[in-house]
Amino acid sequence: MLSYACRRLLGAVPTLLVLVTLAFFMMRATPGGPFDREREVEPQVRVQLEHAYHLDEPLLKQYGRYLGALLRGDLGPSFKYADRSVNELIAEGFPVSLTLGALAMLLALLAGGALGAFAALRQGTWLDPLLMTLAMTGLSIPNFVVAPLLILVFAVALGWLPAGGWAGASPAHLLLPVIALALPQVATIARLLRGSLIEVLQAPYIRTARAKGLGEREVLLRHALKPALLPVLSYLGPASAGLITGSVVIEQIFAVPGLGRYFVTAALNRDYTVVMGVVIFYGALVILFNFIVDLLYGALDPRVRPR
Amino acid sequence: MGVEARKRGERWRAVLCAALFGLAGAAQAQTLAREQVLHKGNGPEPETLDPHRGEGVSTSNILRDLFEGLTSEAPDGRVVPGAAERWEVSADGRDYTFHLRENARWSNGDPLTAGDFVYGLRRSVDPATGSNYASILAPVENAEAVIAGTLPPERLGVDAPDARTLHIRLRAPTGYFPGLLTHAAAYPVHRGSIERFGRYAFRPEHLVSNGAYKAVEWVVQSHVLLARNRFYWDDAHTTIERVYHHCTEDLSSEFKRYRAGELDWTEEIPVTQAPWIRAHIPQEFRVSPYLGVYYYGLNLTQPPFKDNPKLRRALTLAIDRDVIVRKVLGTGELPATSFVPALPGYTPQTPDWAAWPRERRLAEARRLYAEAGYSPAHPLAIEIRYNTHEDHKKIATVIAAMWKQWLGVQTTLVNQEFKVFLRDRTQKQVTQVFRASWIGDYDDPYTFAELLASNNGRNDMGYASDAYDALLAQAAAEPDSAKRIALMEAAERRMLDDQPLIPIYFYVTKRLVKPWVVGWQGNIMDHQYTKTMKILAH
Amino acid sequence: MTGRNGLWTALRGHRAALAALALLTLLVLLVIAGPWLSPWSADFIDFDGAWGAAPSLAGGHWFGTDSLGRDLFVRTLQGGRISLLVGLAATAVSLLIGVSWGAVAGYCGGRVDALMMRTVDVLYALPFMFFMILLMVLFGRHLVLIFVAVGAVNWLDMARIVRGQTLALRQREFVAAAVASGADGGAIIREHIVPNLLGVVLVYVTLTIPQVILVESFLSFLGLGVQEPATSWGALVNDGAREMETTPWALLFPASFLALTLFCFNLLGDGLRDALDLRRP
Repeated sequence: MLSYACRRLLGAVPTLLVLVTLAFFMMRATPGGPFDREREVEPQVRVQLEHAYHLDEPLLKQYGRYLGALLRGDLGPSFKYADRSVNELIAEGFPVSLTLGALAMLLALLAGGALGAFAALRQGTWLDPLLMTLAMTGLSIPNFVVAPLLILVFAVALGWLPAGGWAGASPAHLLLPVIALALPQVATIARLLRGSLIEVLQAPYIRTARAKGLGEREVLLRHALKPALLPVLSYLGPASAGLITGSVVIEQIFAVPGLGRYFVTAALNRDYTVVMGVVIFYGALVILFNFIVDLLYGALDPRVRPR
Repeated sequence: MGVEARKRGERWRAVLCAALFGLAGAAQAQTLAREQVLHKGNGPEPETLDPHRGEGVSTSNILRDLFEGLTSEAPDGRVVPGAAERWEVSADGRDYTFHLRENARWSNGDPLTAGDFVYGLRRSVDPATGSNYASILAPVENAEAVIAGTLPPERLGVDAPDARTLHIRLRAPTGYFPGLLTHAAAYPVHRGSIERFGRYAFRPEHLVSNGAYKAVEWVVQSHVLLARNRFYWDDAHTTIERVYHHCTEDLSSEFKRYRAGELDWTEEIPVTQAPWIRAHIPQEFRVSPYLGVYYYGLNLTQPPFKDNPKLRRALTLAIDRDVIVRKVLGTGELPATSFVPALPGYTPQTPDWAAWPRERRLAEARRLYAEAGYSPAHPLAIEIRYNTHEDHKKIATVIAAMWKQWLGVQTTLVNQEFKVFLRDRTQKQVTQVFRASWIGDYDDPYTFAELLASNNGRNDMGYASDAYDALLAQAAAEPDSAKRIALMEAAERRMLDDQPLIPIYFYVTKRLVKPWVVGWQGNIMDHQYTKTMKILAH
Repeated sequence: MTGRNGLWTALRGHRAALAALALLTLLVLLVIAGPWLSPWSADFIDFDGAWGAAPSLAGGHWFGTDSLGRDLFVRTLQGGRISLLVGLAATAVSLLIGVSWGAVAGYCGGRVDALMMRTVDVLYALPFMFFMILLMVLFGRHLVLIFVAVGAVNWLDMARIVRGQTLALRQREFVAAAVASGADGGAIIREHIVPNLLGVVLVYVTLTIPQVILVESFLSFLGLGVQEPATSWGALVNDGAREMETTPWALLFPASFLALTLFCFNLLGDGLRDALDLRRP
């Protein structure tokens, strides 16, 4: 088990290296640099700035320098936010994004799971198609439409919740962005769980359990749910990636000070170090997350044991 | 219904406030709110709180509360004494002697000395600092050589005979110099904390400032919180205790937060919301002229615009600026047919055709278009390049439609990411028509005029006119202010005749402000100081 | 597995999927032919007319006009052309890469398979959304680039599915027979493997198209979508969302078309999956 974990984590090293390399050279290949402004920077000032950030060195040397610093866990200074290091920016933004993402994931699992299970159990009644239609509608509307609608209704018109901001992760500030972020995942998970649950409920061993006279409740919780959750579990990897993409939109609309925004703003500012830092950080996170999902999968499904 | 009732309540309060404020001048009848906390939407995240390295508008807004230069500004934008209580100018207009206030202090209680200004000004122009606005101080003797790295910062024409006297020598008489000193590039910085904390000296926990406020906290991508500086020399007149500069990158979000009552003040408004605002909260919508011009540059170094003044003129005439200003923007912008915005003493160089009716302008445009060799059978095919932004997209779309529907030009829109766009503009290889704008650094026409000098790094039109350069050089050396202005007016006329660019509109500041925030007014640079503001009971 | 006729028979039982298919056909026809029904063109601006006008049958602007006074009916349909085109073309790109990659890996097996699938694993960990943004920045906003970028992101899933299926197929008798008769690998993949993947691929395609359309709308939200005056549903919805209070129709019409299309594709995909008795990989 331990050696499996070690092997998996070691296997992540080449992935990360590819990630770092690709991100580094693609970022440098984009036209325009961090010091291009609408208002021209004085030549001597530019020279000084480029020197301070080692941009005057050959690209490969810079790459080597970056890798060296990365090994020490140093992601470098930000180009745009002159007094901050990338480590600091991530340390400040990540807890925010994590709170948002984790709560959204939780909500998606609970709400999606409940919806899916409910629909599966009511298969053949009018409730099932109704719930699934709702779920599919949730999937069909982009979240940059849903989010402003939520704000308009609950913050502007009703005045119940704040329209944006963070205020130290207060529940009131969290509610709307978490809902907006979770919505597409709720729909997907509901659909997934419904499908797999229906399938499992038709399996012979469930019929046996029923024949033995076990209550519906027990059949569902004891026997059916665990295998039915497997497809949901394997979806969690892609779902986490989806949450990251979603956070770009949601953090912008709700003025949430998380990391998601750096994906876009840092790339546009050519804030090389911030871009690299965020990309590497998220890459590592996705790898870690998939690893955990695999472990969970193994725990739930006796057929899949880590080799 | 609750909402409507609240709205109506707000409206009544606004009327009342306006009435009160009108009377207040004499009567001082305003009741202040118990809690003097201001929530301002401030646009993008500030880069730093270091006055010499910060550069964005959002950064300057915060720095203006934190620091104070030798001079400062009144709410209407007039230059008034700041850290210096008075100053004298020598007869030749080149020597300034500033006398610092006795009670001027840093936010940690240290006295503010002339030495701090010497240190600050030298640091500002030192290339090692990496200041993008060092050139603001160009009129100071040797400043340009220091910025270019040919002289050490110690050779800057600044010295302090004693702790309260500062002497600045200029390279030439510069009437607007006291105004330049209100810019962040001329703020003093606290030497002790820079030497002790290095790049952390401008973080709230270490920041020592000399303005009406001091930094309390900075949550990245969220807000910068400032609190009243008890050591400020004029603290007795400060009313607002704490001010939040919220990071509001997304205009729609800022607008919704304002409507939800979370912000008292917005940096801007989304253009698409203008009709709603006019219909529902017109009294909170505050518009005033802003020192900036939005224009389309024409690349004169490549065909089709190279040596083709008729075509350039035809395209200029075939734009209906009223449609753009009224229907696309609709927020009080002024149509521009010349380049330099209205400034005190400077006559706008509006061309004759500006007053013609649309049909006459179009007839002339068609004539010139045909003379330039184009026709329906051989139409001009051209690209308008702009950087990604909702408003730029709309304006480009409308102008393309005007050229297409009125002249038969086949226009392609090219939307580029900002840095790619800037690079293309600078290189002048692929650009044809490109979006551009210029915001004045200080309120003097020269800040606009110098952009078109043939050696200016941002002259992306590639406009090179000996006559223009000569007039500008004459203006720069002219000590008499009226003659200097006349020379710049002549230069602008000359440039407009050559048509290297198509002026479109003059900017305005457009923001929403809750009616209970008083003690401020619109000014052409949109320099707002929290220290004069008050929050009325509401 | 099921051939074309079998597919049809299987699908006949799924009324919802059939309805979705019919509706989609109708939508496609409307999007193609619709713009000719209107007197307006998509980029015509009536400078003196009403901008942001409400829908009216008498005025000829059936869906109203947008904030620049252009006819929303024509623009919605034009946007549909682009959205569907992006959806189809990007899916085709990912199909091409995914099927060849997965089929080769699954057929060859062994080291080649391990290496190819390892590559897919590595690529999975990359934040593609970010690379897509960089690509758009790097190369500008060409429509083709959107196909390629989105397609290049989506092929990974396809490759995995196809590989799994191919591995299973390889064990089957008819492939073994073909190998025994001396047919070369390429021919076997072409003639025996790929046709038998049809079902999976079809399901995958119907479920990928709506995803791609959503990705395109996300790009539009970031200002990286198609170039004006061309438009897409994503761009229209994004514009509409900004002014949903003042001109709700500018959001309502394109958003309904978008949602309806995505809805139908998802429904059809689900129906096909049930009909072909395929499980999610």
